[in-house]
Amino acid sequence: MAIIEINNLSKNFGGVRPIDNLSLKINKGTITGIIGRNGSGKTTLMDLISGMVSADAGAVIIDGKIMNDKKPWTIARAGVARTFQTTRIFEQMTVMDNILAVIAEKNVFASLFEKDRAHYLKRAKKALMRVGLLEKENQMASKLSYGQRRLLEIARILASDARIILLDEPFSGVHPAMIKIVAEILQEMKNQGKTIIFIEHNIGLVRQLCDNLLFIPGKRLLPVCRPRSES
Amino acid sequence: MADYFIHLATIIGVWAILAVSLELVVGYAGLPSLAQIAFCGIGAYTVAVLSTVCGANFFVSILAAMLAAGVASFLIGIVLNKFRGDYYALGSLGFNVIIFSVFLNWDEVTNGPLGISGIFRPEFFGIDFYGGISFLILILLVLGIVFVISQFIVNSSFGRVLKAIREDEEVIQAFGYNTSFFKSVIFIISAAMAGAAGGLFASYYTFIDPTSFRMMQSVFVLAIIILGGLANLYGAIAGSAFLIILPEILRFSGFPTDTAAQMQQLVYGLILVLLMLFRPQGLIGEYKL
Repeated sequence: MAIIEINNLSKNFGGVRPIDNLSLKINKGTITGIIGRNGSGKTTLMDLISGMVSADAGAVIIDGKIMNDKKPWTIARAGVARTFQTTRIFEQMTVMDNILAVIAEKNVFASLFEKDRAHYLKRAKKALMRVGLLEKENQMASKLSYGQRRLLEIARILASDARIILLDEPFSGVHPAMIKIVAEILQEMKNQGKTIIFIEHNIGLVRQLCDNLLFIPGKRLLPVCRPRSES
Repeated sequence: MADYFIHLATIIGVWAILAVSLELVVGYAGLPSLAQIAFCGIGAYTVAVLSTVCGANFFVSILAAMLAAGVASFLIGIVLNKFRGDYYALGSLGFNVIIFSVFLNWDEVTNGPLGISGIFRPEFFGIDFYGGISFLILILLVLGIVFVISQFIVNSSFGRVLKAIREDEEVIQAFGYNTSFFKSVIFIISAAMAGAAGGLFASYYTFIDPTSFRMMQSVFVLAIIILGGLANLYGAIAGSAFLIILPEILRFSGFPTDTAAQMQQLVYGLILVLLMLFRPQGLIGEYKL
């Protein structure tokens, strides 16, 4: 069943059309890899799905609802979470606060009188433990290395209750030993029924993790074939 | 001499209320507002008019001052929320200029450049706050309330979202937070606190005119919180004390009478520049611009 449906989607930036009449369907509980040259429109597609930029034509449909012109927070509340191409953590906040800030009450007034603090704290600790950053929970995020920042972003996604996860080069800059952990996390999220779309240049990782592949500027979702022993 | 120190402490208290209120907006939410003195002025004029024209009770006037400043901030906040960074600062500065012009030219209500005199000192259930020390106690009481409310806000989940907005608004939006609401609410709370500070200011001096609410005064409050240290409520109070006491100390610096004023300004400016050079995070700041 398609959880994301993209119909004739186009985006024009001053004459350049990184996304041009793209249509595809992404099923629930799958991992989709996006590959393509620099500037080919991979990040633009993520921006369009997450509402960071609005489409010139076409539609993004999530769970049967048209999301065009919806604000990023509305799309996020529909269950979409994302990371960005460059790491974007809250530098002058602690590692723990980086997680708590994104998972707690979304309502302004409820956030003033947060009732389930212990519940959110537990979720945040669990996510930090999974990516190996729990011992740094009270450290300022600005002190983290590049790879650790990536992991903190993954932890934010883990702690959130998103069902659709968009990751922009999640393995970039991550220590080779941690790549295995991130790959395992993606697989775990898939097993939980979450839908993952990620941009990656390492074709080996795409082949290892993905069910489908979108090669931009190609317009069709291709199944990833693995040798029987790998699947 | 005791009266002098009480006066100084009272002034520090008023500025500290203003500074704590601005800290919420600038230090925590990262909104470079230069409108704080406008809200203070709205509060001051509300108390002045209600006191002299309607003979309203001081505490009712203060509540009205907070309401008036809050409503004004809600309206200007709708516009300012469309801006970010330098444009936000310029927009808020523009608001300040407009409000100053209103104070200066709306003669029927504000009495124009002549200002309003004869503003009542507070009285509450038979207890008057006419004397210096009793007014200081009132100021400290209000500062305490403002501080506790602010502390509660910044330690809540709401406060964490404000900091996240300051750090990267787009990211926190991508996790489902409608940041406009958060920014509007903190802007209104902050303006209401500034309105209360304005009301106390008017009541303390028993006279106000538009010159007290010039644009430069907004820059002064901003300087207080930057010097005291951003994202630290104690920093706002420390900054107020520092910037009020420093020129007083320089008064007794022994410069020759004919150049004393200029030299005091020079040393004052130099100390501020040196402080920013060697302690950019301010006296006790947690956040660097």
